[in-house]
Amino acid sequence: MSQGFRLKDVGLINRDKKISFKFNERIYYGYEGDTLASALIANGVHLVGRSFKYHRPRGFFGVGVDEPYAVVQLYRNGETEPNIKATEQELFEGLEAKSVNCWPSVNFDIGAINNFLKIFLPAGFYYKTFMWPKSFWYRVYEPFIRKAAGLGVASIKHDKERYEHKYEYCDLLIAGSGPSGLAAAYTAAKNGAKVILAEDKPRFGGSLLTSEVNIGNQSGKDWAEGIITELKEMPNVIVKNRSQIFGYYDHNMLVMSEKISDHLPKTKKYHPNKKLWYIRAKEVLISSGSIERPIVFGNNDTPGVMLSSAAKEYLKVYGVLVGKNPLVFTNNDSGYETAIEFKKNGVDPVVLDSRKNPESEIIDEAKNLGIKIRFSHVVVAAQGYKKVKSADISSISEDKKRLGKIENIKCDCICVSGFWTPTIHLASQSGNKTKFNEDIDAFVPGISKQNETTLGAANGVFSLEETLKTSFEAGNDLSKKITEKEYKVSVPKVVEKKSSQHDKFWCVPLPKGKNYKRFLDFQNDVAVSDIEIALREGYRSIEHVKRYTTLGMATDQGKTSNLNGLQLVSNIENKVVPAVGHTTFRPPYTPVSIGAIVGREVGKHSKPTRKSPMHFWHEKNNAVFVDAGVWLRPRYYKKGNETLFEASKREAKNVRTNVGVCDVTTLGKIDIKGRDAAEFLNRVYTNAWLKLPIGKARYGVMLREDGIVMDDGTTTRISKNHYHMTTTTAQAANVLSHLEYYLQVVWPELNVNVISTTEQWAGAAIAGPKSRDLLQKLFPKNDVSNKGLPFMGYLDGDLFGIKARIFRISFSGELAYEVNVESDNGIFMWQKIMEIGKEFEIQPYGTEALSTLRIEMGHVAGSELDGRTIPYDNSLEGLLSKKKDFIGKRSLSKNAFVAEDRQKIVGVVPIDKKTNIPEGSHLVKDPNAQLPNIKLGYISASCWSVEFDNPFSLAIIKNGKNMIGQKLFAMSPLKNKIIPVEIVSSHYVDPNGERVRS
Amino acid sequence: MLHIKCPHCGMRSQNEFSYGGDASIKRPELNKEISDQDWDNFVYNRKSLRGKHWELWQHLSGCRQWIKVERDTSTHEIFNTLKANEDISS
Repeated sequence: MSQGFRLKDVGLINRDKKISFKFNERIYYGYEGDTLASALIANGVHLVGRSFKYHRPRGFFGVGVDEPYAVVQLYRNGETEPNIKATEQELFEGLEAKSVNCWPSVNFDIGAINNFLKIFLPAGFYYKTFMWPKSFWYRVYEPFIRKAAGLGVASIKHDKERYEHKYEYCDLLIAGSGPSGLAAAYTAAKNGAKVILAEDKPRFGGSLLTSEVNIGNQSGKDWAEGIITELKEMPNVIVKNRSQIFGYYDHNMLVMSEKISDHLPKTKKYHPNKKLWYIRAKEVLISSGSIERPIVFGNNDTPGVMLSSAAKEYLKVYGVLVGKNPLVFTNNDSGYETAIEFKKNGVDPVVLDSRKNPESEIIDEAKNLGIKIRFSHVVVAAQGYKKVKSADISSISEDKKRLGKIENIKCDCICVSGFWTPTIHLASQSGNKTKFNEDIDAFVPGISKQNETTLGAANGVFSLEETLKTSFEAGNDLSKKITEKEYKVSVPKVVEKKSSQHDKFWCVPLPKGKNYKRFLDFQNDVAVSDIEIALREGYRSIEHVKRYTTLGMATDQGKTSNLNGLQLVSNIENKVVPAVGHTTFRPPYTPVSIGAIVGREVGKHSKPTRKSPMHFWHEKNNAVFVDAGVWLRPRYYKKGNETLFEASKREAKNVRTNVGVCDVTTLGKIDIKGRDAAEFLNRVYTNAWLKLPIGKARYGVMLREDGIVMDDGTTTRISKNHYHMTTTTAQAANVLSHLEYYLQVVWPELNVNVISTTEQWAGAAIAGPKSRDLLQKLFPKNDVSNKGLPFMGYLDGDLFGIKARIFRISFSGELAYEVNVESDNGIFMWQKIMEIGKEFEIQPYGTEALSTLRIEMGHVAGSELDGRTIPYDNSLEGLLSKKKDFIGKRSLSKNAFVAEDRQKIVGVVPIDKKTNIPEGSHLVKDPNAQLPNIKLGYISASCWSVEFDNPFSLAIIKNGKNMIGQKLFAMSPLKNKIIPVEIVSSHYVDPNGERVRS
Repeated sequence: MLHIKCPHCGMRSQNEFSYGGDASIKRPELNKEISDQDWDNFVYNRKSLRGKHWELWQHLSGCRQWIKVERDTSTHEIFNTLKANEDISS
């Protein structure tokens, strides 16, 4: 298809490079430098989608971020992305896009039936109609509405693209590269400040690309190009295009999304798709410009109705005519600029100006060019369904309330200008108290909260001369405060046309007997009548009106609709606009890819997976791994076709009969040194620590101040003022922070230092009746006899020339030791243990067997120390010192904690000795009792006892001390199980603890 | 994201820190009688102040020091930061 609306030799596109692309399965051509929107318009395509609610035909309305209609589903390199604005998407070879929200096709859309039923779909319709019967909402109404309404479809595939985050600091961050941004950046950069200049579009220059002005004897465009070229060469300046600053957060931190690959057919190797910049700026200059606002009239959503500034930009930047028979409808001078551009390119426009007889240079120029102008005239309604075919126009009275005789004139587009709305989003997000400027009928920034300054059109200044003057000044003043240098830049001479006052007119009244829809918010189909309903039904606050009608929501966030909505509310309510106020501006200013926000925090969140030094041995020996906090631990070592259950049983049994070895590197380890270390431990742990001899370990429990158990573990006295503490794998980081808190904040007078040594030591637990025989062979130079190394003893060992720490501690309840060596020697230690252990029939065991062993011994672990239990609950009350104070002690005398029937740990065995009891099951007296059935306790951990060859569980149950021998039921509605059980002692195996001391 | 001046390391971003609550709370002395009410006040009861507030933060991914930060809870403005052993009133 030919590009029938493309002008010759106009615009900034590269005509040497023709690009083919697909839209709705059809092939079109455009040029390098086009957007999807400009290329489609060049091909005469104006129907791009269907509206959100009524499925009315939708075309193009804007030319950039303000676009409310033209959102498409984009396909690029095998990926798809929904809700891409065609006006922002740059064209690349092979681009594919489809319309959203229309089925079966954009030309024949079944949902458009809503358009004919629209009398039934006013604001709040869904809320009111679909409320009854209640159950229907979830089953019928909501799924249907969700399918019928809405825009694009998100991909559910894994995103192959890469997204990066970057942190940056600068003196001045400048948002927008229009005249004010360029001027401020230039002076600040000359003063030596570190400057970041961000532009959301591919081309720098903002309004200078399309305005007919002259700066320092050059065209505005050439001046902008010169400044940008100079800035790019300065080492203290970062200049970024395709970069949207979308959020202004606390302490002058702004976030910018840089599109790196979206304009390319395929992301380059090693390049990210987008980069998210977190920028901490000393000063922020907001030069985000302004967005033209529409005038509201009948059927103003018909494809072909668009902003006059957009029509001008399509023409001047892309060399594209939005129509060949244009009608310009304006209330200010901007419309004339568009009309003049049409005329210069051989197209005859008609201008309707709502003003009676305005006078200005530009109107004179239009008159001199012979452009037809009709003053005191308005568009009453656009006619045409899928494209504007004509317009009903009329004269209007001076009070703008009465229309004259309606007349129909042919046109193929209506370019509308209702004056300009400063883009104050960033300023408002920073906490700026905005104020209403009567002269321009819009809000502008007021009093700054953070270090932010708004310049140019964003500040409501529409004269280029004044913009440049204030921006050169602001750039200079703010930067010289920081750099203490000043390089005088003289403000260049500006030639521009002076504008006359705009007309305070924004909505055309309905002609008698006509019921045209007049849309305020084009993306959400919010019409004037919807706002009227909301107010009639009692909504007053603008925030409520917004939520009831959806005015200003969705992907364009009301960039073109908010002010007209406010005007309407204030008119109906007989208030002034500032009294109505505006809704809160919240980040992001434009939609941001979730991928960019997530960055590299995908999968394991860019955190390294921690592996013990023996990990590769485990891998080689068929270990099946399990996540344990940040670590990977062997869960079991699979032999042949073994299941988890079979393997863990075999491993646990071997510990009870021969000897097993378990990798315990992951246990938290904290090195404690200092004169007051013993005193500190005495305060941190619940039991006594002052008299622990050198070379001895002790089991300890630490509490939070509220009396709840925080963690447990053994701590060993290595030398007089040196202790080695172990924590559970999960609590290691919290315990360290806890200790640091008490040492730094509460008891700074204690002379103690703590540091994590978790990763410095590799650990192996050697457990089982044959463990001592093995140990003796591993450490021939050391005396590891029961006398030489008694239970809870410690000694420095010599493992074939390697320094080792040997602790006689046991988690399995068997005779057991823990050997620690420096991490680099971990694999050597492990191989020696396996090699020498062969004659004792050693087998490695994983966390599953480890759990089995501790559960049947009644040793508590994370599932009992779950942040809800006190020492008594875990039968640890014997470790509470009566003589000394410790962290959390005072809380233990609370009534609930000393109640006679306080919960306590018990053992649970199924009566049939066969059925496994699911963890989390509730213990009840009568499984058939009336609901809610009273819960006596819950199963915290379950295993298959290898000692007795039947299931065994631990439970925490009310009045636990008096429950032994009771027959109850374990109920698991999740697993649909009711199991008769008997309560027994939690110490199921070796209740007197003889084995560990043997 | 807040920008917090660690008295040991200088200006750092909030994501290096973890929050530690009201800095004016003093732990009751060890081995001293204390009423239930006073103990509950120490363990549980906190004022949710609007305005200037001294609070504890730990520079977790930095020097690991606990510090005191004077912050306005409604505007997030930070007025002052101190080392853990420095007195708030000074």
